[in-house]
Amino acid sequence: MSTLQYIILIPALIFVLMSVASGLIWVERRLLGIWQDRLGPNRVGPFGVLQVLADILKVFTKEDWVPPFADKPVFITAPAIIVVTVLITFAVVPFGPRAGLADLNIGLLFFLAMSSLGVYSVALAGWASDSKYSLLGGLRASAQMISYEVFMGLSLMGVVMLAGSFNLRTIVLAQRHMWNIVPQFLGFIIFMIAGIAETHRLPFDLPEAESELVAGFHSEYSGMKFGMFFLGEYFGITLISAMMTTLFLGGWMGPVLPPIVWFALKTFAFICFFILLRATLPRPRYDQLMSFGWKTMFPLSLVNLLVTGGIILAAR
Amino acid sequence: MLALLRALWLILLHTFKKRVTVQYPEQKPYVPPRWRGRIILSRDPDGGERCVACYLCAVACPVDCIALQAAEDETGRRYPASFRINFSRCIFCGYCEEACPTYAIQLTTDYEMGEYRRANLVYEKEDLLISGQGKYPGYNFYRVAGVEIGGKAKGEAENERPPVDVRGLLP
Repeated sequence: MSTLQYIILIPALIFVLMSVASGLIWVERRLLGIWQDRLGPNRVGPFGVLQVLADILKVFTKEDWVPPFADKPVFITAPAIIVVTVLITFAVVPFGPRAGLADLNIGLLFFLAMSSLGVYSVALAGWASDSKYSLLGGLRASAQMISYEVFMGLSLMGVVMLAGSFNLRTIVLAQRHMWNIVPQFLGFIIFMIAGIAETHRLPFDLPEAESELVAGFHSEYSGMKFGMFFLGEYFGITLISAMMTTLFLGGWMGPVLPPIVWFALKTFAFICFFILLRATLPRPRYDQLMSFGWKTMFPLSLVNLLVTGGIILAAR
Repeated sequence: MLALLRALWLILLHTFKKRVTVQYPEQKPYVPPRWRGRIILSRDPDGGERCVACYLCAVACPVDCIALQAAEDETGRRYPASFRINFSRCIFCGYCEEACPTYAIQLTTDYEMGEYRRANLVYEKEDLLISGQGKYPGYNFYRVAGVEIGGKAKGEAENERPPVDVRGLLP
């Protein structure tokens, strides 16, 4: 692609992602309402879609306050990190056979690296706020990330072995005959659970845990800095859903409809599933989360890795 | 694990359940007839004011939101010269209605009293007084009470015997 194409494509992608992320706020509230026998926001505009606009206007007009006891530079940088790391990762996501910004041959590794960097945002926010709830939230986030990052990477190795490449486009093309969700079902489940933990979504939202830590790592944040965390969270949901589509559900592939529509549909289905999880499951205790990660998920992902490797070797 | 999947499925089924939300301004909820809402002052069947300015409502009011001034017309009938209820204080407990001996003060089913200015919540007598009889039709205090007013001497009320001459010999 030429430089001019990039100059047009990158802002377009960011614009689309911004709209999707803010639209998700409405989608989530509406879906949660539906699953709780309510209606959800339906007043502003048709079906309440302009609720997002009202929310954005509100968050922009809020006082942007930095607590006097906070570590100012870190406090201000932290919300930006999560948005930047997630946005950068979208560069390697193949939206269609030719769509997508970068055709990186280590795309999957890049995704894993960037999602690990995202933890700095939460940990630094918790630390810089200089408040006990924030610090606890930040600590939890770091521990959770470290333990779930391990088998997140491991669960994807099966996919890599099947495709023989770290390139996301190659991985999608390797699923021409059978989507990875069939041979790699265990890997899919493990990756999904790790992905939820990675984005701090319920039921793994221990870093923010409203009922025990006020708002966890973003207790002290207000205005658009708080909005950035939210934006980052919704970007994260979109990213994990897009990655699950790419790695396990055949990416853009599908009959009749154009590829980009298939990609969007599959991603949206996963996003809805994330919201359904939020509507259903209670938050586990912190030690339960840790022991579940290390004692159940980690061995399972190792078994998955070994079995997949063994079968591939035997079939060769 | 199975319980978890079952929970997810059950929540998903809620998509087709009936909504509990009442879309308020378009869709009004059911209000029982004894609802304690906006307070009014009613009139008797003859169109006269029922209130006799006895101050019992003002005394019964726990938040002291009722203020009135008694007066008497040329026939000896008491009435409130002014009657003021501060609805920004009123807690709609209904004690005034219970205390009222003449069914004058009544609570109605109207609850839509929102105002942009606090001062607009102070209702004067002309805002409170309605033209009808409210919840108790056909009741007229002076027609059953033994009080003497112009046009009705003692013993002339309904079901009232003529007064006994306590200084006479015969019963």
